[in-house]
Amino acid sequence: MGRRQFLKLGMGTGFAVYAMAIDAQTQSAAVEAGLMPQQQPSAFVSIDGDGFVTVTIGKTDIGQGVQTALPMLVAEELDADWSKVRSHLGPAGEAYKDPVYKMQIVGGSTTMKHSWSQYREIGARMRAMLVNAAAKRLNVSPSVLKTQAGMVIAPDGRSLSYGELAAAALDEPVPTSVELKSPAKFKLIGKPTGRLDARDKSSGLQIFGIDFTLPNMRTVVILHPPVFGAKVLRYDATKAKAISGVEDVYQVPLYNGGVGLAVVADGFWPARLAREVLQVEWDTDGVEKADSDTLWARYRVLAGQPGTKVHPADTSALANTKLKKISAEYTFPYLAHTPMEPLNCSIDFRGDQCTVWVGSQLQTADQAAVAHVLGLKPDQVTLNTMMAGGGFGRRAVPTSDYLVDAAQVAKARYAVGRREPIKMIWTREDDVRGGYYRPMHLHRVEIAHDGKGTVLAWKHIIVGQSITSGTQIESFTVKNGVDETMVEGVAGSPYPFPIALEVHHPKVNVPVLWFRSVGHTHTAFVMETLVDELARAGGIDPVTYRRRLLAKHPRNLAAMELAVEKSGYGKRRLPPGRAWGVAVHESFDSIVAYVVEVSMNGTEPVLHEVTAAVHCNMPVNPRTIEAQMQGGLLMGLGMTIPGAEITLKNGQVQQHNWNDYRIPTHAHMPKMTVHIVPSADPPTGIGEPSLPPIAPAMANAIAAITGRRHRSLPFSIANPA
Amino acid sequence: MISFRLNGQTQTVDVPGDTPVLWVLRDTLGLTGTKFGCGIAVCGACTVHVDGEQRRSCVTPVASIAGQNLDTIEAVAEQDEVGRAVRQAWVLHDVVQCGYCQSGQIMAAVALLKTNKQPSDDDINRAMSANLCRCGTYARIHAAVLDAAKILA
Repeated sequence: MGRRQFLKLGMGTGFAVYAMAIDAQTQSAAVEAGLMPQQQPSAFVSIDGDGFVTVTIGKTDIGQGVQTALPMLVAEELDADWSKVRSHLGPAGEAYKDPVYKMQIVGGSTTMKHSWSQYREIGARMRAMLVNAAAKRLNVSPSVLKTQAGMVIAPDGRSLSYGELAAAALDEPVPTSVELKSPAKFKLIGKPTGRLDARDKSSGLQIFGIDFTLPNMRTVVILHPPVFGAKVLRYDATKAKAISGVEDVYQVPLYNGGVGLAVVADGFWPARLAREVLQVEWDTDGVEKADSDTLWARYRVLAGQPGTKVHPADTSALANTKLKKISAEYTFPYLAHTPMEPLNCSIDFRGDQCTVWVGSQLQTADQAAVAHVLGLKPDQVTLNTMMAGGGFGRRAVPTSDYLVDAAQVAKARYAVGRREPIKMIWTREDDVRGGYYRPMHLHRVEIAHDGKGTVLAWKHIIVGQSITSGTQIESFTVKNGVDETMVEGVAGSPYPFPIALEVHHPKVNVPVLWFRSVGHTHTAFVMETLVDELARAGGIDPVTYRRRLLAKHPRNLAAMELAVEKSGYGKRRLPPGRAWGVAVHESFDSIVAYVVEVSMNGTEPVLHEVTAAVHCNMPVNPRTIEAQMQGGLLMGLGMTIPGAEITLKNGQVQQHNWNDYRIPTHAHMPKMTVHIVPSADPPTGIGEPSLPPIAPAMANAIAAITGRRHRSLPFSIANPA
Repeated sequence: MISFRLNGQTQTVDVPGDTPVLWVLRDTLGLTGTKFGCGIAVCGACTVHVDGEQRRSCVTPVASIAGQNLDTIEAVAEQDEVGRAVRQAWVLHDVVQCGYCQSGQIMAAVALLKTNKQPSDDDINRAMSANLCRCGTYARIHAAVLDAAKILA
């Protein structure tokens, strides 16, 4: 298929055909121009006759706003008319792999960082092709032509719109090297810009994965074992099959070695009703029955034993009886991500090919996992990326757990001659009780200090399951037996403390996964509360103390100073009963500082105001940055709320739904102002860095009021005691 | 057979009477703007209006609304004066992130503004706290509700 044919196809037909055409197109074009598929404008940009520019992005938008920010990068260099820019999500494909990770993934707050040059170059290449086409049409040299708001303009005033030039532009050679604008010339990047999906998402029109449907589609609801990895011993589905609309019940192997039962029906409700009346005996023999109380006891024992060394330091000062000591144990529970849209996956399996519709954060692995279950090659599986109702890490699963569930059902049905497409929907209970949690962690810290802010020894042990061991990214993240995703934030801390860090990674029969901000969800709490404690033990103002400690870290300091200045910290007198709390934490190459005002309502902290500052280098879309700061703050605040924890008893998860697994509500949102440190350096992360510092900032304020320190999340009434 | 008025039009469905309105809308009628979030009336993603009052459609049996007016996001955001103002404010404030809860948030905001034209901060906190948003868009929801009230004033 030639480029011109592709353009016509893109303009004249629906999204499904368009999406499938892209991959074949990119591969042939790559050979022509000597560029990687990720560098080809044709994979990312199409311009219709009316000048509407559609940008296909290789990333999933789970709410973080890249479906607007990536088109902004393209439009900036393309000199597009922003009011005519649209965007959609690309399918699994070579062109859409992350240029650094070499797989298609949304993770680590890396989209802007990794795609900063890539998407601008795509815009610049497309612009050059439009200019070259215009030069031929106007019979002038390309060098005299200017571009502005979707028009190519000649010195004599003649102009051609991008819409008029689009077809001819695609016949121009793709330039291999292009010059990019200097930040001083940016017109769109850095400007607060409204989301391209705001209107559809504000009127019920946005189609999410769970909304996708095909003729004759069947709905699947799965009964998972009550203990991770348990199997069906025997079952009776007579009552379930008697429910009107139920097609059949299938026994299916699940992702974690367990076996479950899949109810297939002509809609969700009959499937859900049928699941409730299934009679099952489970085989839980030989399966570890995890129990939170037992696990904490086991973790405490481990914390008293030497672990795997991360970095050594001299701890002999701990034996010096003349020095002051801090001895602290911190605990953090399992946490479920619970994105608002329940996990779901649609599959149309035709024997030698398969199409999947899913709001995936990890398309490359998910495509391969479905192919593996169905006995296909990955290129026989077309994976269409659907808009996802939140992710926070839960849709980037190295084992592709819920996709494997769905693929097993597709396979079982195909074996008995069923050909209708299926949509598997997890209930909220399946999600809350389905594992893949932020792991529980125990930190044990022994500090020797001089009572004036100088630390002479710091022994730090972290106990927690490794998230990435045994997955395909293990080689990137596990070094010398240490999972870096657990120790990040203690390891690599900007504070000049002599930290002797060791870890234990116990194996537990509870599937775990990265959660927004990953290791920083717990390490920031430990580090920022200890820094505050050291400052107060030395009679030093916590901001002054951090200035001293962060002297060699200008970005960290800049973020803190901005938050301090804007909050009026140290200058403004607070109402009686209120106290300041400060925390500053670096994660995903960005720094977030919070200055908070807290009071106590009995034993319950009330967060009144938050002054936030972020250093994420060049702010691409300040509106999105503000939104991510607000959202991350709230999710971090949520970790302090009693009831924000997953616990297990005799192998069974004790929570069920948002009635007993608590997340923040509207009334939890404090007054918050967000300030951005100006910078023209290439952008760093914004999806995750706002979460880690809020809980410690609150804990520090609470300590200032009560003199007592929280050492566990969520905050409990009994703690601080 | 159960009949009701859906977004102003008479609608008859042939489903068991205990089927929740949510699944009649989504699976039987193909109206997917109303979302499934929890299934137990704690998150509000499935909020609809029955005779003008907000209702959690995931726990409302369709038989219970026979003969009543059922309004969903699809009509409220387009045809209703308050609904249009709320949608306008939502877009203006760039409220959405993932967007999945927003149909329910908008339906709750419309129900609030229909009974309380000048809601205070506390009124909004009370009225909107039964609609969960995991992305944490509450600050913008709050500002948008206040702004929608101004648009309507």
